[in-house]
Amino acid sequence: MGQITLNKVSKSFGELEVIPPLDLEIKDGEFVVFVGPSGCGKSTLLRLIAGLEDVSGGEILIDGKDATDIPPAKRGLAMVFQSYALYPHMSVRKNIAFPLRMAGLDKAHQDKKVEEAARVLNLADYLERKPGQLSGGQRQRVAIGRAIVREPAAFLFDEPLSNLDAALRVGMRLEISELHKRLTTTMIYVTHDQVEAMTMADKIVVLRAGNIEQVGSPLELYRTPRNLFVAGFIGSPKMNFVSGPEAQKRDATTIGIRPEHTRVSTDTGDWPGVVGVSEHLGSDTFFHVKCDAFEEPLTVRAGGEVDLKYGDKVFLTPDSAHLHRFDREGLRLP
Amino acid sequence: MATKASRAAARLMIAPSVILLLGWMIVPLSMTLYFSFLRYNLIMPGDNPFVGWENYYWFVTDPSFKAAMVNTLLLVGGVLFITVVGGTLFALLLDQPMWGQGIIRIMVISPFFVMPTVSGLVWKNMFMNPVNGIFGHLAKGMGFEPIDFFSEIPLLSIIGIVSWQWLPFATLILLTALQSLDSEQLEASEMDGASWISRFWFIMLPHLARAITVVVLIQTIFLLSIFAEILVTTNGGPGTATTNLTYLIYVSSLLQFDVGMGSAGGVIAIILANIVAIFLMRMIGKNLDA
Ligand SMILES: Nc1ncnc2c1ncn2[C@@H]1O[C@H](COP(=O)(O)OP(=O)(O)OP(=O)(O)O)[C@@H](O)[C@H]1O
Ligand SMILES: [Mg+2]
Repeated sequence: MGQITLNKVSKSFGELEVIPPLDLEIKDGEFVVFVGPSGCGKSTLLRLIAGLEDVSGGEILIDGKDATDIPPAKRGLAMVFQSYALYPHMSVRKNIAFPLRMAGLDKAHQDKKVEEAARVLNLADYLERKPGQLSGGQRQRVAIGRAIVREPAAFLFDEPLSNLDAALRVGMRLEISELHKRLTTTMIYVTHDQVEAMTMADKIVVLRAGNIEQVGSPLELYRTPRNLFVAGFIGSPKMNFVSGPEAQKRDATTIGIRPEHTRVSTDTGDWPGVVGVSEHLGSDTFFHVKCDAFEEPLTVRAGGEVDLKYGDKVFLTPDSAHLHRFDREGLRLP
Repeated sequence: MATKASRAAARLMIAPSVILLLGWMIVPLSMTLYFSFLRYNLIMPGDNPFVGWENYYWFVTDPSFKAAMVNTLLLVGGVLFITVVGGTLFALLLDQPMWGQGIIRIMVISPFFVMPTVSGLVWKNMFMNPVNGIFGHLAKGMGFEPIDFFSEIPLLSIIGIVSWQWLPFATLILLTALQSLDSEQLEASEMDGASWISRFWFIMLPHLARAITVVVLIQTIFLLSIFAEILVTTNGGPGTATTNLTYLIYVSSLLQFDVGMGSAGGVIAIILANIVAIFLMRMIGKNLDA
């Protein structure tokens, strides 16, 4: 079981309130991703759940029991740190066995569980090595192995992939997702990378300055962002925002349109403009188009074969079914 | 240092200091070696004939030599033990966030700045003296017979004084090492269910191993030549109870005016120090390159 409830949980460091009181419900077996810009309090929130920081107010329930004052070790949660936090003087085997050893498990039992975890994580060949002799990806797997053997109620990950290179990151992302499917244990995952959030999460929690901006499935957030911040944060490339007469025509202060929901044509369309820089990715092409009607250039997506050059005249047409309208406070209009 | 030319230039530049340091070492060393093979006693002037190993023979077979060896080992070992254990404990304490941290740290470091002779005299007259010393007063206040430290437990008293001087050094080095420990490692072990003792034993102590090695190596080299503290407190006595090798050499060459004998002792001390150094490097040097 791994159901976690936050009830009016808040955290201040001295005068500074990092997390104003917030409520959050995490169901058993869910893969929840906390996402938000740097310094918004993601790590702090995770550390509050882990018990590494004391809450300033509110309560944390784990499986319905009040865990607010329970020390970290007794909460039954396992954490994977950004720096991996492996014990440098112990072999991989000893690292993975450490929580079992602390729990007083006998040697034979420890070995069995370590072998099992090593098999799952492809670490069998490295068990006798020290962490210093491993690559980043392997270290990451050892850290995950150390978490797995404890059979925790929930896993907590704090930006576990941010020290890896792009290719490895994609691989590890898949591995962690697969692990979640296999173990069906609750996982809470912190990242500032919205792609990671979109690809892995059952549920995304978008944070800004300690506040929860929106909670929902990746597609919910993509389709119906609650406000400008979420709309701008989820999706890549970013949603285009337009204000002024075009927005007023649609009874909104700001309208948002995603690059993939804009059609490009060379002869007809709503908004005439001039092509600026284009980014060819092969499968897609992103054009930055300076429209006559707006100050800022818009980003639009077109097929990989569309061939427009710098300075070409084009017409853009927003797909009205996918137009997002926001009011003066930046909140979504229905 | 990429090119041949720059390597040559570098050698040329450091040559003066290397030559100076080499001379600084070689001249006294060869003079000591030379004297150690002569019969050279200031009380009996005249020619100084070459006598081979005679000085060494008499120095080693002197009953006080054995006592000096044992005392040297006890002194070095005792001080190392106290400073490493005490230094670790102090470092753990000072690492805690507390009020007035800066001042407390300076106060802990300060004994290191006191000259050995001064600290020896202060301890002798103000603390350990059975009549005037604070310890004597305390003992009397509590109704005990005051201890006459330098006649009842002379070697232990010296170990105490020297430990007091070296404790700050060990504390300082171990504290810096402790502060370089990644806090995420401690948090990870906390989540792994390690108690405070286990965290100390499995995470902090291995992390400190290298710093402890450094403390042991450096201190050993200095502790082998402890002299001033003995001179101002016990003069090597009672009997030979606090005579270490350095003090024995002083006794033969400067109290008995036997330069040849003193030099022989000096050479033995050099060899001993090197044996200890090599032995230590071998034994714990592994920690340094890990
Ligand atoms: N121990 C502390 N004392 C004081 N302020 C802190 C402490 N820890 C964090 N903060 C502050 O709390 C805020 C949130 O920090 P946190 O580490 O949770 O950010 P984050 O969302 O994890 O950012 P990042 O993506 O860069 O890791 C920051 O403004 C930070 O300066
Ligand atoms: Mg963080």
